[in-house]
Amino acid sequence: MVLVFLGGAILVASVTDLYLRYVKQGLRPFLIAAGALLVITAVMALVQELRALNRPEGGPDDDGHGHGQSGPVVGWLLLLPALALVFVVPPALGADTASRAGSALTDDRDVAYPPLPPGDPAELTLLDYGYRAVYDHGRTLQDRRIQLTGFIAPGSDGERMLARIMLSCCAADGVPVKIGLRGNVPRMPADTWVQATGRWIPHTAKDPVNDADVPYFQVEDWQQIPAPAEPYE
Amino acid sequence: MLCFLLILVGVLHRPIGALVTDPRLQTWLTVFVSVMVQAVPFLVFGVVLSAVIAVFVPRAFWARALPRHPALAVPVAGVAGVVLPGCECGSVPIAGSLIRRGVTPAAALAFLLAAPAINPIVLTATAVAFPRNPEMVAARGGASLLVALLMGWLWLRLGRTDWIRLPHRAHLDGLPRMTAFWTACRHDIIHAGGFLVVGAMAAATINVAVPQQLLHELAARPVLSVLALAALAVLLSICSEADAFVAASLSQFSLTARLAFLVVGPMVDLKLVSMQAGIFGRRFAVRFAPATFALAVLVAAALGTVIW
Repeated sequence: MVLVFLGGAILVASVTDLYLRYVKQGLRPFLIAAGALLVITAVMALVQELRALNRPEGGPDDDGHGHGQSGPVVGWLLLLPALALVFVVPPALGADTASRAGSALTDDRDVAYPPLPPGDPAELTLLDYGYRAVYDHGRTLQDRRIQLTGFIAPGSDGERMLARIMLSCCAADGVPVKIGLRGNVPRMPADTWVQATGRWIPHTAKDPVNDADVPYFQVEDWQQIPAPAEPYE
Repeated sequence: MLCFLLILVGVLHRPIGALVTDPRLQTWLTVFVSVMVQAVPFLVFGVVLSAVIAVFVPRAFWARALPRHPALAVPVAGVAGVVLPGCECGSVPIAGSLIRRGVTPAAALAFLLAAPAINPIVLTATAVAFPRNPEMVAARGGASLLVALLMGWLWLRLGRTDWIRLPHRAHLDGLPRMTAFWTACRHDIIHAGGFLVVGAMAAATINVAVPQQLLHELAARPVLSVLALAALAVLLSICSEADAFVAASLSQFSLTARLAFLVVGPMVDLKLVSMQAGIFGRRFAVRFAPATFALAVLVAAALGTVIW
């Protein structure tokens, strides 16, 4: 019964886009398979128990240890994640994580930075913008209008930053990328998603949490957007 | 009872949702749920494989596949970990199943420790995460395998069988095969899964509670930094397929400290210890986990000092 519920919750989350709040997209087929297997296991267990009921002389499972059919108490804990997934639906990581964790821009990558993708403004991920701005000294960013998408996170001294969380596997390993804002800074509360258009400026600061580099971005124009289905980079 | 609980939760749905507005609590829940969502496919995969071992692979197979002498069976089982592409949640029930089927515990434990760290997926992830230090892949694989084998041999010398207490499971031998298969699956998911929940809650708490500034200050001290990252690996309980990326992002730490993080993580962490206590018994877990931790730190520190 516990298994039906857990399996069902995982199936629902992976058929909708809900699972993207917690893990990477590539895990989806495995989630569906695992959820289905959990439900099948539970159904098979139910079938066996019904059969055992029809044989009142004591089923093959009954070995006289007084060991309940549905397993130990600790198994009930499996209800907790299922309940949380169905009834609370925790949000994707956001400004709280961004304010506590250090930014990801700490390590120079020795790669050649290709020219920006075509289009005006050019759409970049925060991480791509950050690497180009800090370690390539904005060489490929000059003279282009750039569009960045992220959520508003409070900086150390009350200023507003644009941030996005990067996942490599699940939300437990989420690391934020932070971009400082200048110009037409969106005065919106934390965790508001915005799409900002603007230009690179040659200014970087240090993240007080881990000394990572924080590049800056001159905002010309911005608009509020609903949170994307895939909230992570 | 469960139906009653569900109705209760359904009625209280809104008030519960409203309770969870504190951002810190929300982050905790998100991390907790995502550790579970991430681990469940691997857990189910491991449980199904362990049920296959328990039901469909005859006992005689293991006697033929592994060298008769336990000291030789350890390295064979350790290297066999290469073929299990998964993370640590899956390997606990598999090792339990191997012991039930008569594999010598030392060999099963070497497999348990080696499999999550040296399989191709994890090593590839490590190579991707450390593009400028390819030697990290070899160091990680080598150190992990070495620790697994040493722990296997150590168990042969010092281990006592009565420390391992596999949870009671309905006897499968007399049952029709498919019945036995589903019984084994359900049993292992309930046991290992329940303890996985405990571990995931602990890991989420650490994730939210440990201030990152503290880490930054530790990074400057060479000896302390190795211990700090090894301890962090235990506390964070990150899946072994992802820990290389986290290690790469801890760039203020020395490579040796990050190697310790990568060697310790897949072998000893909160959710793993919790699952080991569930599958092998508490008396086993309180001895095995600290010994593995100490050995893993020593091997990683020694290897790191030699290479870098």
